[in-house]
Amino acid sequence: MAAGALRRPVVRRLSFVDAFLWAFRLAVILVVVWGTVGTLRLGRYTGEQWVDFVVFGLAQGGIYALIALGYTMVYGILRMINFAHGEVFMSGAYTAYFVAAPLAASGFLNRHPILSLLLLLTVAASVSTGVAVLVERVAYRPLRRAPRLVPLITAIGASFFLQYAFRGLYGSGFKAYPEFDLFKGEWQILGIGVLRTQAVVLASATVLMFALYQFVMRTKVGKAMRAVSEDKDAAALMGIDVDRIIVLTFAIGGAAAGAAGILYALVFKQVHFFMGFVPGIKAFTAAVLGGIGNIPGAMLGGLFLGVVESVGPALFLDGLGIPAPYQLKDVIAFTMLVMVLIFRPQGILGERLAAKRA
Amino acid sequence: MWRVGLVFGAVAWFVSLAGLVEALHGRWVVDGVLSAGQVLLLGMLLASGWVAARRTGGPPARRLWAGLLAGAVVGFCVGLLVWLRSQVDLRSMFVNASPALFQLLSAGRPPQVAWPGAVLVGGLVGLGGAVGACAPAGVVRPLLVGAAAALGLALFQDLVLLILQPESLTPVRDWLFVAGGGPTPQGMMAVFAVSAVATALRPALRGREGRGVGLPPRARRVVWSVVGLLLLAALPVAGGPFVAQVLVIVGLYTLMGLGLNLEVGLAGLLDLGFVAFFAIGAYTVGLLTSVGEHGFAHWSFWAAVPVAVLVSLIAGVILGIPVLGIRGDYLAIATLGFGEIVRLLVLSDALRPWLGGSQGVLAIPKPVLAGFEFSGPQHLYYLTVVASAVVAYVAWRLQDSRLGRAWMAIREDEDVAEALGINLVSVKLLAYGLGAAFAGVGGAIFAVMVGSVFPHSFQLLISIQVLALIIVGGMGSIPGVIVGAVVLIGLPELLREFGEFRFLVYGAALVAMMLLRPEGLLPAAVQRRELHAMEEEPVELARTPVEAATKGGT
Repeated sequence: MAAGALRRPVVRRLSFVDAFLWAFRLAVILVVVWGTVGTLRLGRYTGEQWVDFVVFGLAQGGIYALIALGYTMVYGILRMINFAHGEVFMSGAYTAYFVAAPLAASGFLNRHPILSLLLLLTVAASVSTGVAVLVERVAYRPLRRAPRLVPLITAIGASFFLQYAFRGLYGSGFKAYPEFDLFKGEWQILGIGVLRTQAVVLASATVLMFALYQFVMRTKVGKAMRAVSEDKDAAALMGIDVDRIIVLTFAIGGAAAGAAGILYALVFKQVHFFMGFVPGIKAFTAAVLGGIGNIPGAMLGGLFLGVVESVGPALFLDGLGIPAPYQLKDVIAFTMLVMVLIFRPQGILGERLAAKRA
Repeated sequence: MWRVGLVFGAVAWFVSLAGLVEALHGRWVVDGVLSAGQVLLLGMLLASGWVAARRTGGPPARRLWAGLLAGAVVGFCVGLLVWLRSQVDLRSMFVNASPALFQLLSAGRPPQVAWPGAVLVGGLVGLGGAVGACAPAGVVRPLLVGAAAALGLALFQDLVLLILQPESLTPVRDWLFVAGGGPTPQGMMAVFAVSAVATALRPALRGREGRGVGLPPRARRVVWSVVGLLLLAALPVAGGPFVAQVLVIVGLYTLMGLGLNLEVGLAGLLDLGFVAFFAIGAYTVGLLTSVGEHGFAHWSFWAAVPVAVLVSLIAGVILGIPVLGIRGDYLAIATLGFGEIVRLLVLSDALRPWLGGSQGVLAIPKPVLAGFEFSGPQHLYYLTVVASAVVAYVAWRLQDSRLGRAWMAIREDEDVAEALGINLVSVKLLAYGLGAAFAGVGGAIFAVMVGSVFPHSFQLLISIQVLALIIVGGMGSIPGVIVGAVVLIGLPELLREFGEFRFLVYGAALVAMMLLRPEGLLPAAVQRRELHAMEEEPVELARTPVEAATKGGT
């Protein structure tokens, strides 16, 4: 709310808008507290179940975090929301299905599960990279100096175009992703039974995020990216090819999203042309939560959102006596999105960029 | 000019594999001779030659060569696809890679013949496109208009056939269309020739008209409005229930478009949760009038509409308050979040006792006015037209009012607008509230049209469609909204093969509009001036030759 602080007079009076916002805040807090107390008093869930919720949330959050990286990196550089990023995520996973299915049919998938997983990740990452770069080239680059609303509208258009393009190419049905025998069942980790898929997803997401972070922080290209996000013109004066860095940013964000797509397919075991929309919005929430433009923030935001979304329905809503609270899982995520955008648009970790936005 | 050829080749692959070519292949442009799918492919070849020739400088011979080359490359790509298909099973991946498609692409020849054939045909048609690019505009324009008219007649032949149904028009129909088939060659030739000649002679005709004594402009306007009104009143009668149904849907989208236009077009507040207000209007009418399980008041439609409008207005203000301080893309996402929250809540079991969950509110009676029931789409059409006219009038009056100017000021720059004494809070809330109220009117009519309301009718897609139509029509322009609704909602309904690809085209249209004509088809004067003022600014130095070429080309 840096902008608001600047615009309003120094002596703040309580307008009806502020009162409304406070009421909104209080209502949400009340629902959360009341629900939590109610649930805990009911004691319907065992400790083990809570741990399951958290682990599932972490696995899902890892996926969100990987997607969120693309949003946050692009936003850091271009100050625009790549609305089509959810579709970039979908394109990789959906295309890799056509590699996974023959692999599973021939038995290769279960004979060499690790190799297959790496292969699938590579395929998905390269397809998503291609799509991300293409979108940048066609829909964003010609409009870099246009008024702000213009690239946002093309982004929405690109998002829909991609969804229905893949629907036209691959059909409109759900495709069941083949399962890895190796990843069925549970592993005992620190005395807790953890579903193997979730452990694999969490581990892969962590490794990928760590690698990406190191890439951005340690390599020369990463340095150039940070420079461009700091100040495009100054970076160009320092001899950095800004266009190339922007393409690279889209490529890396796309690759992360593609990998996330495979992890998503591991957890949910199916792909669909519309699968990118909701994870895309949630990953955006994660990016904003962590402070958009901030890479570790996106990771933390993703994990946090995943856990809240997984624990939330049971913890906040069950205690209120709401039937079938799991239907409202997305409502929790979207409420968080709206709350963050309204009350703390700079996110939990980001301060720097928020000031710049104003 | 390899690049142009390859780009168009990739597009040709895409439209073929995505099923667009095959879907359009079912529609004859000239019965037994040429299908719309073939026209699409030929059009792409022509376009590749045209673009290549336009981008190449120098003497005509060089430009023609470029067009030939580009067309040949596209042909090569198509041939490659045909050959690929003979080697691997494409259909296991691409559902639309059907035998019928390849029958069309290869003209029924084996790949070793079809491939060189495609290159040859591609080169020749590409050359044709290049000739078009080099020829003077006075020659090319009439030809293009003629082709477009013929194509339009072929694509909307269902509608034309409906209009030609009366007994007295049978000879015309039989001359234009093969019974149970597509347009006849002589009919298409005639349409082509008439429109081409008319276009060619238009400058001359217009010159003479200017000298003659016609009606004064005011009287002419009156005549045109009367003709327009009569046409509006006659359309559903002439076209039958199907056309009326399509027109009602166009009318509903126009209502929503007018509402969103206040928010996005005038006030610059990009709202992606707009469908929520449409839903609120529909649910209010549903709950108040339904004679089924969830209806509690059993009001008449006419009593429920003002309440629905008021409830939508209040909902617009309430959802507007929290997002007052958010701008630009954050606002788009926040409103999207609100829209989804509303939909998910309505869908959930938690609110099922009141709103009926996923089954929704059923048994909504049709409106009755003085004993006359608005039962079918042909009756509801008039209701929609009247509602749209009233709303359009309100929107038109608002646009140039003090409030409308305040909206445009905050669209340009919030801080400056506030410094000029505009109360941002009330002005923005009025934009949200009035926009929502307009959508509420649409929702109310929608509820009685369908006879039930359920959450699946209120997907995010609707918000996107409404956004698309105001952008295609021209942001901030009321005639633009209507044109956008007709083009984006009405035409795809009439072009039934198109149904599946509608959203694909919406997406492409949004991108293409922003790239090529950001002011829309029928822009408001201010928007046009503004967006083109941008072009006069000193152009940023192009960093690569390719970019320079793109900039020079557009």
